Amino acid sequence: MANKNIKALKEPIWVNSSILVQILGICSALAVTSQLKPAIVMGLSVTIIVAISNVIISLLRDTIPNRIRIIIQLVVVAALVTIVSEILKAFAYDVSVQLSVYVGLIITNCILMGRLEAFAMQNGPWPSFLDGIGNGIGYAAILVVVAFVRELFGSGTLFGYQIVPLNWYEHGYLNNGLMIMPPMALILVGCIIWVHRAKNKDLQEN
Amino acid sequence: MEHFFSLFVRSIFVDNMVFAFFLGMCSYLAVSKTVKTAFGLGIAVIFVQLITLPINYLLQTKVLDPMGLGFLSFILFIAVIAGITQLVEMVVEKFSPALYNSLGIFLPLIAVNCAIMGGSLFMQQRIGMEPDNTQAITSFADSISFALGSGIGWALAIVCLAAIREKMEYSDVPKPLKGVGIAFITVGLMSMAFMCFSGLAI
Repeated sequence: MANKNIKALKEPIWVNSSILVQILGICSALAVTSQLKPAIVMGLSVTIIVAISNVIISLLRDTIPNRIRIIIQLVVVAALVTIVSEILKAFAYDVSVQLSVYVGLIITNCILMGRLEAFAMQNGPWPSFLDGIGNGIGYAAILVVVAFVRELFGSGTLFGYQIVPLNWYEHGYLNNGLMIMPPMALILVGCIIWVHRAKNKDLQEN
Repeated sequence: MEHFFSLFVRSIFVDNMVFAFFLGMCSYLAVSKTVKTAFGLGIAVIFVQLITLPINYLLQTKVLDPMGLGFLSFILFIAVIAGITQLVEMVVEKFSPALYNSLGIFLPLIAVNCAIMGGSLFMQQRIGMEPDNTQAITSFADSISFALGSGIGWALAIVCLAAIREKMEYSDVPKPLKGVGIAFITVGLMSMAFMCFSGLAI
């Protein structure tokens, strides 16, 4: 694989993370992370959709008229999301109910539009595919970390399996109810950004 | 009438688009540096929401549901939203060039603002709810109430955050947290504050 392609794949995972650095795709990152299972399903769905839509738009990039390019991109993404949404409803109904509107909101997920405009419109199909996978994994990684912390401390479970031993509850241990509520997701992402920027000093703002 | 008002008030405070559902965060964080631009964007979002949500409601109930084409809703909704946003952009450019210049790229970006699409998707979910549920959308008037309420809620949230961020310019924030990191934590605290409204029984 060419150097440039490996870079497109690896950069968005940590150094140029979709969520932490580019600040894209935050809406769904915060909303579906109260449990690990929907977070993983969401991360996978977004990765697949970004990769495939990147390829399609990259193949079409020379034929799209400039004035209607946003509408074409939106229609392609909307069609892909419709397909993924129907597949989820058919094969993983309980997760799709938990995700509710956020599956549809993948259409307006900034990561998609951002990568389509910034990368797929200027590069070939294979690099675009890798870039899509890289951004999707960067996004999914943050989702999994936040969901892991929230579910573990908020419900004592992971994936539905009880992790915190039940006799701890008898000795006075309580689940942290705030973890499951929306504010904690925001504060957790803020803390992850803190750690990320402390390690990559050139990202710090003045 | 009562349902109209309780849905309206509920959409602004209890079901706030930013603090309860995290919709529209990207442009929310990017445009909230000054109160002036935040206010301009807030008004634009209210306007777009007020037009697109009732149109999508009519599309869903009069066109898609009777014909069993519910799965086409995503494509149709986003097409309506993109079209209306283009129209709003042209109107703003004509009547207020100053606002147009200060909003820059964020005006066309309202088309992909999760809050607008999210509003339409929530509307789709709530059409099927029991009428005694305060969240239910049972008529065209309800859709207008929800649109206005959710738009105003989003605008309120962005203006509040912009006001806080303007003051925070003078605070001693640790370097790794400066900018977007402290903004996230601030929004988290604001979200906690807005949770007080969830006890409201209107």
